[in-house]
Amino acid sequence: MKSWKYIPVCFSLMLVAPIFSQTKNSDAAQTNSTQQAPAKAVHNSQQRDGNTVFEQNCSRCHTTPQGFSPRISGTVVRHMRVRAGLSKEDEQALLRFLNP
Amino acid sequence: MIFLSALSLVPNLAAQDTPLISGGVGFLTTTNGGNTTYSPTIEPVLAAPIGQRLLVESRAALLESFFPLGNGQGYDTTHFTGFTYLQADYLATSHITVVGGYFLTPFGTYNERLTPIWISNFQDGPLIFPIGTMGSASGTGAEVRGNAVSTGKVSVSYAAYFSAGSTVEQFQSSRSTGGQTSIYFPNARLEVGFSYGRSLEGQQSNAFGTDVWWEPEKIPLKIRSEYAHGAHSQGYWVESAYRLSQFGGEESWLGRLEPVFRIQQTFRNSPDATDGLPAADTQRADFGLDYHLPHEVRIDTSYARQFSSTGDKNVWETAIVYRFLFPAWRGKK
Repeated sequence: MKSWKYIPVCFSLMLVAPIFSQTKNSDAAQTNSTQQAPAKAVHNSQQRDGNTVFEQNCSRCHTTPQGFSPRISGTVVRHMRVRAGLSKEDEQALLRFLNP
Repeated sequence: MIFLSALSLVPNLAAQDTPLISGGVGFLTTTNGGNTTYSPTIEPVLAAPIGQRLLVESRAALLESFFPLGNGQGYDTTHFTGFTYLQADYLATSHITVVGGYFLTPFGTYNERLTPIWISNFQDGPLIFPIGTMGSASGTGAEVRGNAVSTGKVSVSYAAYFSAGSTVEQFQSSRSTGGQTSIYFPNARLEVGFSYGRSLEGQQSNAFGTDVWWEPEKIPLKIRSEYAHGAHSQGYWVESAYRLSQFGGEESWLGRLEPVFRIQQTFRNSPDATDGLPAADTQRADFGLDYHLPHEVRIDTSYARQFSSTGDKNVWETAIVYRFLFPAWRGKK
């Protein structure tokens, strides 16, 4: 049971490690990850809104799908509306984001 | 001209609502107390929109478990096939969706968000998972859910349900009611949720829960936590996942790594052999390392050490999971 006492220390280290690992690479990494999102070209404010909806409601739970047929984008978004509790406005912004 | 401009802004829903098949297929191993169990698993998801307001969706689980016989003479097998949910969603208004059928019990965050094998960081759920999820973690009846408020500063979602008791093999559920609400602050990337559930079977009892999720803006770190209090036990879990994408990006060999850690404790307030939690106070720490391969394949590994007055134990787990997503049929152009 004694080793249990060391577990909070490990957990604390895991929380702190990412902060110290922030380097100049972080900006490049973030740019890179943005380019991996379904809508690679984000041009206007409506699409940025969709990007925000995606980040705040979808990618908090799961990784970004590596691409899917536009034929099912409406179905994906409706599924997410129910699962993630999106409003109709958020649903439409997300649909525009997936189909720029 | 204005009309044509407006048309260009309206998404062409007719061409985008083809039913989809999604889900995950995986091969999982668990070594618990020296015995290794192998479980090939498939969890298909079907989503089929009907008209502009209706969605029928379902998730099922099909798994086969190969586990060693106690006398060391080979393996035995068990199999399981069942629905996780099978429901119809009616989008009544912008903020209200009415759900009917067999749905996931809305309590805490784990059941509705993290149970799919292609999402969860660890193979097994938290020790407190049985609190508030009413046995089968699914309900048979009706649910009202949606988004109450959504602005740039705050988003509030809610769910409330009533479930009848069902002993049908594919749709098992307990007679219960409950609900949850969560408040998300986008600027802080912080979410706080509250859950309540009441079992209406036998000696009725209440369950309460709260959850906190936080994702720092500039760090690919996810921190998730839940606390739940049941009639005879309580507990919490805290999980962190740190994708190493700061080192060369998400596609680099190092950036595909994601160390994960979970710490959890349960406390037994009074004896109850049926609530699904450990019989004695228990502490557990899970150390995991997930690797995100290309083409939606992920390898998960973890080691857990569990401490309890009934005995300490080690749990080793590995999994390879493939996530798929495609149209159910060709659909219309």
